Amino acid sequence: MSEPLLEATGLRKDYGSVLAVDDVDLAVEAGGSLAIVGESGSGKTTIARMLVGLTRPTAGTIRACGRDRSTPSRSAAERRRRGSEVQIVFQDPYSSLDPRHSAQKALDEVLRLHGSGSDSRARKARIAELGELVGLDDRMLRALPRDLSGGQRQRIAIARALAADPRLIILDESVAALDVSIQAQVLNLLADIREQTQISYILISHDLAVVRQITEEAIVMHRGKVVERGRTEAILDSPQDPYTRMLRASVPRPGWKPTRRASLASVPDLGETP
Amino acid sequence: MSANGALLEVDGLHTKLPVEGRMQTVLHDVSLSIGTGEAVGLVGESGSGKSMTARAIARLLPSGASTSGSIRYDGTEVGSRRGSTLRDYRGEVAMIFQDPRAHINPVRSIGDFMTEALRTNRGVARADARARAVRALGDVGIEDGERRLKQYPHELSGGLLQRVMIASALLTEPRLVLADEPTTALDVTTQAEVMAILDELRRERGLALLFITHDLDLAGAVCDRTCVMYAGRIVESQRSADLGERPRHPYTAALSAARPAIEGAVHRLAAIRGRPVSAFEAPEGCAFAPRCEFAQDRCRERTPELRVVSGGEVRCVRADEIAGNLAKETESV
Repeated sequence: MSEPLLEATGLRKDYGSVLAVDDVDLAVEAGGSLAIVGESGSGKTTIARMLVGLTRPTAGTIRACGRDRSTPSRSAAERRRRGSEVQIVFQDPYSSLDPRHSAQKALDEVLRLHGSGSDSRARKARIAELGELVGLDDRMLRALPRDLSGGQRQRIAIARALAADPRLIILDESVAALDVSIQAQVLNLLADIREQTQISYILISHDLAVVRQITEEAIVMHRGKVVERGRTEAILDSPQDPYTRMLRASVPRPGWKPTRRASLASVPDLGETP
Repeated sequence: MSANGALLEVDGLHTKLPVEGRMQTVLHDVSLSIGTGEAVGLVGESGSGKSMTARAIARLLPSGASTSGSIRYDGTEVGSRRGSTLRDYRGEVAMIFQDPRAHINPVRSIGDFMTEALRTNRGVARADARARAVRALGDVGIEDGERRLKQYPHELSGGLLQRVMIASALLTEPRLVLADEPTTALDVTTQAEVMAILDELRRERGLALLFITHDLDLAGAVCDRTCVMYAGRIVESQRSADLGERPRHPYTAALSAARPAIEGAVHRLAAIRGRPVSAFEAPEGCAFAPRCEFAQDRCRERTPELRVVSGGEVRCVRADEIAGNLAKETESV
């Protein structure tokens, strides 16, 4: 069997006496899509930051595209190469884009660093191509972020991640802040891009329905630990771990009634009750 | 109480706000009523006007806002209340916000925050006010109330702080609670618990509730009736159970179809083209027409009226002829 596109083993992060991520293993195949599911404090965002190199793990190894990236890169060239392998799209398109740069300029900057380099005509062509891929027309590409809607800004953030031509994109709650009608557009877009480019995703999310829509594999995190892993459908249709079951039961759906029992504090007891 | 028994009656509410130096319409002909003890959901996306409706009712609109139309509470016009009658109104109508941290003074203790209204407006003695606060905390499932009163907001988690907000909103024994996305910032398990508490206390005390959310299923779970807003207008209102099963407005049906399902994913989501607009960005005619797959020329010509249909109201000229298609659309997802 070939090596996974990205693999982390024994991943751990301490903040003083707080163990944010505790011995986590995960792997994504080329073209695959993995969800890291959890609530606040589960450690899911810390994992994303470690995978992309924004946070240094206390212990454990991370390999992507056959190379180790457990320690900080030692050169600009190394940093660039890592950037061309794994990109990240954050939750908030309002704060992750430079307010003074049009989409065009933001994309151009990435293309100068990765790929097309000094050939301005090639960069221009690639910007148009990226715009088309994420559904942004010329006018939107020339506009500043403040003149665009939240959904359009998130498309720019996705286009910017794609500009580096990465093998994998980490989507850190990337659709969580979007209106439902826009979220559906962006989820369809993400599925289309994966179909067309064979890119891989790691989706960090608390939203089980979103997770089901765009991932095949999932791990469920609770207090820094993986409590369940497997096929996304299987986890959602017949969750085995008590925490996953509670998470599943807390999602509003037709005919659902909220219950007091579903509190985070009561999780440890849940395992003992029948 | 007014003739038809409604505790709150909003009739033909229009609101304009200064947006980038110009007065722009954000609410357009909003009418709704809430009976004593009734829970009504107000569902919509960004710019739909759902929060502005709640703020208009609470008399908490931003400065510079101008409104016309009528908001009557218990038979009297809310806009005409001054001084002590306004204070009484604020005691009877409590508001719970999305982000508790933005609505609590971070340098004052939970105890000071919770007892302030009772002590200054009602003249309740300190010890009595604190005892009531501890009881109120107990009601929302916070057992060690004495200790919590001495704590500061930063020492509490978001879910705990939102329960404190609910407890203090209920301290003045309101008859109507306006809850503006009270669980949107919370984890899903915490949301379930906070909603359960709010729902239970509301039923026990016969409180009326206006519950604002972007989540149709969440509104359906706790509200008797649900109103759907788009571009500053109410486009549909029905009993929540019926709304889920038989949406009458194409927007409601499209909104429910666009949301990914937790049971069985579809290959492609039924996304709605374009983006949600505010009232002042809406085109002539039906505001949803540019995004609606059922739109015809006549939809773009005149703004449809909110019409009474069996079991509710709908603002769509084609509601009757497309009723069968809408049901099919939601079933297939």
